[in-house]
Amino acid sequence: MQREQLLELLQDDAKLTAAQLAVMLGEDEHEVRKAIAQYEKEGAIRGYHALVNWERTETQKASALIELRVTPKKDTGFDEIAGRIMNFPEVESVYLMSGGYDLAVTVTGRTMQDVAMFVQKRLATIDGVLSTATHFVLTKYKDGGVVFNRDYEEIDERGSNLCD
Amino acid sequence: MIEYDNLVNPTIKQVKPSGIRKYFDIANEMEDVISLSVGEPDFHTPWHIREAGIESLEKGRTRYTPNRGFAKLREEIAAFVSRHYRVDYTPETDVLVTVGGSEAIDLCMRCVLSPGDEVLIPQPSFVCYEPIARMAGGVPVTIETKPENGFRLTAEEIEEKVTGKTKLLVLPYPNNPTGAVMRRGDLEAVARVVEKHGLLVLSDEIYASLTYGEEKHVSIAALPGMQERTVLVNGFSKSHSMTGWRLGYACGPKELISLMTKLHQFAIMSAPTTSQYAAIEAMRGGDDDMEYMRGQYDMRRRLILDGLDKLGLKCFEPEGAFYVFPSIKCTGLTSGEFCERLIYSKHVAVVPGDAFGACGEGFLRISYCYSVKHITEALERMEAFLQEL
Repeated sequence: MQREQLLELLQDDAKLTAAQLAVMLGEDEHEVRKAIAQYEKEGAIRGYHALVNWERTETQKASALIELRVTPKKDTGFDEIAGRIMNFPEVESVYLMSGGYDLAVTVTGRTMQDVAMFVQKRLATIDGVLSTATHFVLTKYKDGGVVFNRDYEEIDERGSNLCD
Repeated sequence: MIEYDNLVNPTIKQVKPSGIRKYFDIANEMEDVISLSVGEPDFHTPWHIREAGIESLEKGRTRYTPNRGFAKLREEIAAFVSRHYRVDYTPETDVLVTVGGSEAIDLCMRCVLSPGDEVLIPQPSFVCYEPIARMAGGVPVTIETKPENGFRLTAEEIEEKVTGKTKLLVLPYPNNPTGAVMRRGDLEAVARVVEKHGLLVLSDEIYASLTYGEEKHVSIAALPGMQERTVLVNGFSKSHSMTGWRLGYACGPKELISLMTKLHQFAIMSAPTTSQYAAIEAMRGGDDDMEYMRGQYDMRRRLILDGLDKLGLKCFEPEGAFYVFPSIKCTGLTSGEFCERLIYSKHVAVVPGDAFGACGEGFLRISYCYSVKHITEALERMEAFLQEL
C-alpha cells in the first residue's frame, strides 16, 4: 500500500470513496478500507471536514491570530498552558512557535468584539501568560491549500485551441 | 471584387480544418458543459518556473535571443535529454529552440521534403502531420495502426507502405489520441526497416515524460545507428504544463538542425525570450514537478479506465500521454453521432476518434487533464447516456 499517497489523496479530497481510492492507487478496495480504519484508530487521520469560506455566506465570523508570550512551567514546559488554552471551544488551533513569541492561537467568534473579549477575559488572564498580541484576519486568500479569493480562483480557459 | 480563390495557394486552401473544432463550437454555446476534450494540462506552470519568467521581465530581458535559442538553454536541454532519454547531443550544433513542438515538426518537414516525397504517418495521430506534410509539398501516406497491436506501429505496416519515394517516417509516440507507447523492442523492429530503406525519422516525443509503469520512455534516437537518422522533437507544453509559453525544441544531426535553423531564423527569428528564461528553470529544477504531475495523471488514468470498463466501453490500456481511446462500436453509432448525441443530451464533450484519421472511426478520444471530481461527473453523465441509447 502506498500509504503516503493514500493520505495525500484524502487530505486533498476527503470525499473520495474507498472504491475510487483503490482504483487510483491500483490497490484492493478492502485493503484501502483497512488502511483508512487503521489510520483513524492510530490517530494519523484526525477527522474530516468541509473547507468553508464563511465570507461567502450570510453568517458573520471573525477570526484572529493571537501571539502569546508565556512562562513555561518547571516540569511541564509549555504543555500545561497549551492544554488549558485548547479547552476553549472558541480556539481553533494552538501551535508552539520558534521565534519572538511562544504560542500562536487562532480564535474564531461571531464578531471582532467577541474575539477581543475572549482574549481579554479568557486568554490574558491565564496564569503564566505574559502578553497577548491580537491580529484580526481581514480576508482569507488561501486556506487549507485552497484559493478563497475570487480574483485568483481557477478559471478553465482551455478549449480554444482547435488542434491539440 | 477580388477573386481570392484565384490568388491563394490551392494546396493550403484544400487542407481541411481540424475535426476537433465542431464540438468545441457546440460546447461553447452551452451552459454546464462537462468537457473531456482538451489536449492540454490542467496544472498551472509550476510557480518557480513562472517566477523565472517574471524575474527576466523585471530585469528588462525583453530582446531577441540568438536564433537557435539561448546557449544556456540549449545546454540544459541537451543535459535533460541525456539524463532522461540517454541520447547525447552537442548543444552548439544539434539543438534548436522552437516555438512549440509544432514549429519543429513544420521545420523538419519543410527541410526534408521535396515535391512528391512521401511521408509515412501512423494514424490515429495528432492532427497536424498530414496538413504540414502537404503544405511542405510532400505526399502524406497514412499507416493505420490497430487496436489489437495496442496502436503500436509495426515493421510490417511500414514495409507495406514504403516506396522508392518514401523519405520520412513520423513516429508519434507516446501517442495522441490513443495513449499508445512504443517500447524498446517495438522500436528496434522499426529501426531495422528505417535503416533498410534509408529513411529519416521525425520522432515527436512531446508526451515522453508522461509514460506510465515501471519502464521509462525510450527514444528511437537512443537505438544504435538511429541518432543520425532522427529529428527528435520535444517541448515544455506537456511535461511542464507550459502550453501557452509556446516553447519546444528539436535535436538531431547538425546537418539537419542547421538547415532547420536557417528556416527558423528567417521565419521566426527566435523563440520567445521570456519563455526561454522560464524554460532554463524548468530544465534545471523541474524534474520533481514533472514526476508529481505524472503521478497525478496516472491516478486519473486508472480512474477513467475503470469507469469506462464499468460502462462496458472496451478500451485498451494506454501507457502514455493523457488520453484514453475507448471503442464505441458496441453502441452501433459512429464516432460523430456518439459525440453529437452525447453533447446535446448530456452536455459532455469528447472528441470523435476519426478526427485523428479515418481509422479512428468507432473510437472516442477522452482526455483526463481534469480533476477527479470532473472526471467522475462526466462518467456519471455518460452512464446515463448509454442507458438511454
